[in-house]
Amino acid sequence: MSENSSINSRLEIAKSPHIHSNWSTKQVMWLVIIALIPCIISSIIFFGIAQIMIIIVSVLFSIATEALIKTVRKQKITINDGSVIITGLLLALTLPPNFSLFSTAIGAIVAVGIGKEVFGGLGFNIFNPALVGRAFLQAAFPVSITTWTNPNFIDGFSSATPLSLMKFDNKFEPINNLFLGNVAGSLGETSAIAILIGGIFLLVTGVINYRIPLAMVLSAIIFGGIFWLLNPTNYPNPLFHIFSGGFLFGAVFMATDWVTSPLYAKGMWIFGFAIAIFVILIRLFGGLPEGVMYSILLLNGFVPLINKYTKPRIFGREK
Amino acid sequence: MKFFSNKNSFKGGVHPNEYKLLTSNLPIERLPNPEKIILPLSQHIGSPSIPLVAKKDEVTAGQLLATENGAISVPIYSPISGKVLSIGIEDTTTSFAKEAITIQSTGNSEITPLPKLDVENISDTEIRERVKLAGIVGLGGAAFPTHFKLTPPKDKIIDYVILNGCECEPYLTRDYRLMIERPQDLIDGFKLIMKALNVQKGAIAIEDNKNDAFELLKDVVKYDQSISVVKLKTKYPQGAEKMIIKAILNREVPPGKLPIDVGVVIQNVATAISVYEAIYLGIPQTSATLTVSGLGIKTPKNLIVPIGTPLNDILAFCGGITEKAKRIVVGGPMMGITQHNLNAPVMKATSGILVLIEEEINQFDKTNCLRCGKCIEVCPLNLVPTRLAQLSKLERLGEAEENGIFTCMECGTCAYICPANIPLVHWIASGKQKISKAKKAG
Repeated sequence: MSENSSINSRLEIAKSPHIHSNWSTKQVMWLVIIALIPCIISSIIFFGIAQIMIIIVSVLFSIATEALIKTVRKQKITINDGSVIITGLLLALTLPPNFSLFSTAIGAIVAVGIGKEVFGGLGFNIFNPALVGRAFLQAAFPVSITTWTNPNFIDGFSSATPLSLMKFDNKFEPINNLFLGNVAGSLGETSAIAILIGGIFLLVTGVINYRIPLAMVLSAIIFGGIFWLLNPTNYPNPLFHIFSGGFLFGAVFMATDWVTSPLYAKGMWIFGFAIAIFVILIRLFGGLPEGVMYSILLLNGFVPLINKYTKPRIFGREK
Repeated sequence: MKFFSNKNSFKGGVHPNEYKLLTSNLPIERLPNPEKIILPLSQHIGSPSIPLVAKKDEVTAGQLLATENGAISVPIYSPISGKVLSIGIEDTTTSFAKEAITIQSTGNSEITPLPKLDVENISDTEIRERVKLAGIVGLGGAAFPTHFKLTPPKDKIIDYVILNGCECEPYLTRDYRLMIERPQDLIDGFKLIMKALNVQKGAIAIEDNKNDAFELLKDVVKYDQSISVVKLKTKYPQGAEKMIIKAILNREVPPGKLPIDVGVVIQNVATAISVYEAIYLGIPQTSATLTVSGLGIKTPKNLIVPIGTPLNDILAFCGGITEKAKRIVVGGPMMGITQHNLNAPVMKATSGILVLIEEEINQFDKTNCLRCGKCIEVCPLNLVPTRLAQLSKLERLGEAEENGIFTCMECGTCAYICPANIPLVHWIASGKQKISKAKKAG
């Protein structure tokens, strides 16, 4: 009985809701890229314009790896969602200044190929892809990845990072140097202020949640504080833990990665707390001066388990 | 601690663009009678009504056309005078075709009222009977027969009645207009509802974006100790029954249970107006007040229309749709249903007709789930929408049920926020259908 004249074929039939927020995968990824700009700038200020080559090589090889794998697997090329650019940037910013471009390229290929695409691409990887690339480089090139250059404002060529000074020489770098970034270290990890600018931007725009970074900081204060109070001459104060090495960079940009961090509020607290405990244990008692990368990767592996046991109570169900 | 407190609100939720200003200042207009109306026999939850007229019968406005069929059902009256053209299957706005009575108008539409009642001395039974006789269904969206809600089982103790004036869906301004145009009628209707339930305590819930309605209603009840007017935070879906009860009384309705299980009955403000009209004026529920809005309609309006009016007549009265119109939605933008046949009629509980353009719909390319957790953060019922959608898609239906798929009210909050633009509500709804089907089959 319906009158066909009433049927308007231009109209869409769709399930509710019929409006959408401004959130999109692409927008989020570009916000993260913007948040990394202060760290890119700090790496150039402290280690020279030449470092831009490491960043470019890392990003280009990340993009190329994803494009190649997507093509081979006959899947849609998804480069313009920006996520692979982030992987390239994050990897580059965790590498030492003047790191070999050849090794950088290998790191990028491993990060995207093994860290992300092997699992099925965006959203399916268990481990943070950039850290997978970084861990591979650490194993493959253990010497060059721990060869540090002093920042421009300090004389001398080869140097030690504040963490190795702490670990092997029992010397503690003053916090204000760590805050600005005027110390030896990975490209984007030395300047606390640059990381904090990016972090605040991500918090304000709602891309990241405060829980994981805050849990890491609180945990570092508590556990770092315990050792410091026990023996202040051997162990650094907790602020040193937070501002040195890759702690802040990891807390803001790595541990908060949506795909590889827990889904629920309670799980986020556990995740952040546990990462910082392992960081401090590795730094104080492990064989390596730095432990942020391994701690995050380790906890990435626990995320499915954490999710399983931290599910929120469904509204109205028995407590 | 105000920042973290959920007082006068609930956990989660979202703040979509409201677009209420398109119509919030426009008084409710009466639509001229359409030439033809289509009255589905099922405009409510429950059994379809039984038709009492046949093809070619002459009917008058206010005449009983179909009678209720069982306890969860309502009668239907003719809003206009005319001649029965046909009784048959017609497309409706619910996306299902249903049996309906089509009436050709003969012009006159002065409704013959139901017998007069002595309102001063009316008893609770008389109120319930009149509500049933007038064919009133709840106007909050679900169209549940109101008389049934006013007759709770003996073992349930009701201590609180809430009148829902939140109107949390964007665009819609029907409830708001009724609150500011007819505050006294609304309170009179509410008092009748409270009396029917023998409850001494009532609250009217209003979101804080409707402050003038709040002040106006507060003024009407200022000498009445039994009714309080409560301001709630403006947040979608504040108007959901479970969310209102949580916000006002801090009680949680368990999954699979109803508000009466925690001692509460909720009615929509527009339903209170229907109750008022049925008892004070003897008018059965024969018209619907609704908002016509969206950037794709030439002149947005608030209208009162006879039930059965085809969407086309209403859109034409509002100047027609523009070239950019992309979706026509009956209901709100978060939970409404898209239409393809504009001959489908307005029903008793139709609250809005929206004509949306691409910019409002704001859809992006779909990507894989990023496990960002935003759907979990905004879900007012603490569900894990992405997981439920995934389980439905994989047909792991037992797990979906364990994870609370039937607790989901399909409010759309998750799909609204999802950066990957995954049609979460679509998958969850289809999962529920599959489970129900499997249960029926065996």
